[in-house]
Amino acid sequence: MTLTLDTPKIVQTRPLLQVRDVSKSYGPVQAVRNVSAHAYPGEVLGIVGESGSGKSTLLRMMNLEEIPDTGSYTLDLPDVSGNLFELDRFARRMLCATKIGIVYQNPHLGLLMKHSSSGNVAERLLVAGERSFATLRQAATEALDASEFPLDRLDAPPIELSGGMQQRVQLAKAIALEPALLLLDEPTTGLDVSVQALVLDTLKRLQQDRHITMVIVSHDLGVIRTLADRVMVMRRGEVVETGLADQIFQDPQHPYTQQLVHAKL
Amino acid sequence: MSLSTLTKPWEAMSYGFLDGSAKRELRRKMLKSVAVPGCQTPYASREVPMARGWGTGGLQVSLTLVNPQTRVKVIDQGADDSVNAASIRRFISRVAGTPTTMDTLEADLIQSRHRIPEEILREDQVLVLQVPNPEPLRPVQPNMSIARQMHADADYGRMWLQLYEQIVRSGRVMQGASYPSLVHGRHVMTPSPIPRWDVPKLHMAKHLTILSAGREKRIFAVPPYTKVEPLVFSDVPYKVEEHGHLTCTRSGATGFFMNEIPQDDGSSAFEVSDSEWGVKTIRARDGEGESRGETWYKDGEMSE
Repeated sequence: MTLTLDTPKIVQTRPLLQVRDVSKSYGPVQAVRNVSAHAYPGEVLGIVGESGSGKSTLLRMMNLEEIPDTGSYTLDLPDVSGNLFELDRFARRMLCATKIGIVYQNPHLGLLMKHSSSGNVAERLLVAGERSFATLRQAATEALDASEFPLDRLDAPPIELSGGMQQRVQLAKAIALEPALLLLDEPTTGLDVSVQALVLDTLKRLQQDRHITMVIVSHDLGVIRTLADRVMVMRRGEVVETGLADQIFQDPQHPYTQQLVHAKL
Repeated sequence: MSLSTLTKPWEAMSYGFLDGSAKRELRRKMLKSVAVPGCQTPYASREVPMARGWGTGGLQVSLTLVNPQTRVKVIDQGADDSVNAASIRRFISRVAGTPTTMDTLEADLIQSRHRIPEEILREDQVLVLQVPNPEPLRPVQPNMSIARQMHADADYGRMWLQLYEQIVRSGRVMQGASYPSLVHGRHVMTPSPIPRWDVPKLHMAKHLTILSAGREKRIFAVPPYTKVEPLVFSDVPYKVEEHGHLTCTRSGATGFFMNEIPQDDGSSAFEVSDSEWGVKTIRARDGEGESRGETWYKDGEMSE
């Protein structure tokens, strides 16, 4: 009897996001040194590290806001090819608007504070070329609803909203165009613990419903533990350890990771 | 050979008030702005004996364009006889020796604040509009360096954000004047604070329009036969002011842009905003001869 086995799924699927050997220095400061990362479709990659470890720089590079000195970046998507760091400004903007969503730690970076919340979400579609008012209105409402934003405050400007609500507006804006990749830069830092839990709940539910690939950067191990499938630990611009979330938290190998996990527990 | 034969005799000022180098710079910038319709070109706005914000940009363009044969008309909010319009007209004729007129059809150069005349302008006429704020992106992008990048990238998505919020807040587009418009399918410009009523007049117009902001030091142009399309949502059509059915209490003209005049009893009376059009209508009514030309709007509807 011959038994034919399919190739395991993990071998068949190619990573959606691949960053290879990126380095970036700001003058004499080397922010990121030879870092590689990848994320499979539907996977949540967590990046932990202390302040100044280069994790946010790495995330900004993934959002093409910053171009590294060396390295390459590919997204395995139907109409995207080549090293994305080599795109011109125009192509980069279109790609960021349609394929990548980002939530910043500071809502002021991601939102137009004095425009309405629904307008903030609609802006994303406007940049991508949508010109029908009814479609914009509906898409904005749906995205805000999906990120569990109270719809009676639909047209309130973010400056009048609480921190947790602002993060939800950012999230709605990020997912409005159903991006393939969602980048989260310390999405819950600065929120109090109960609101933090609610935002994390929303993120987790979104991840389950939509199977978005996420990269989440945080110095808070609790956040990473709740969301991430796989974890990368960074220190001084380098990756010191990578592995499945459980592996990292239960059996840390690198002394720095051990220290980090220990400090948390 | 003496020095006096090589130099020009002393004059109190140059022809047309501005000195030669200033006029040369303005001409070059005007040519540049005509070459790239709707694109804002920076220029060194000179001092003129008028406060910034009173039409210094338009005045500099007019002073550069005039010669002693140019017939000049100056309008302020539709009226030829307001203080500002009269002063600018007198100043131009004094420093450049130009004949002046109030008749739109007779004028070669029309400097205007906030209105385009109701009669159709011809190929040989030039319209100069005074612009207070030349940057259409300012409400959505306060950083002017980034705004310039957005112009370069034709990244105008955010312009619709303004319209979106107006519809959300008020149920309709509230932008009354300076309605942002796409010129030649490329640059979004603010057509100076002309009412929505006047924006369609710029579309494929026969005349050259030059828009100049003296305080902000920017000049841009709509050359003849250039597309000017107001920004709209695909499902919310562009609307001009609902003045099509109003009648002027003084001249009896109907179907033109009106000024509203509040009455003692709380009601409103209306007066045609283009004062010379009103005067011509009254002359025709009183049997003093027909001098009215073709108008852009017929029976309150934009023709074509």
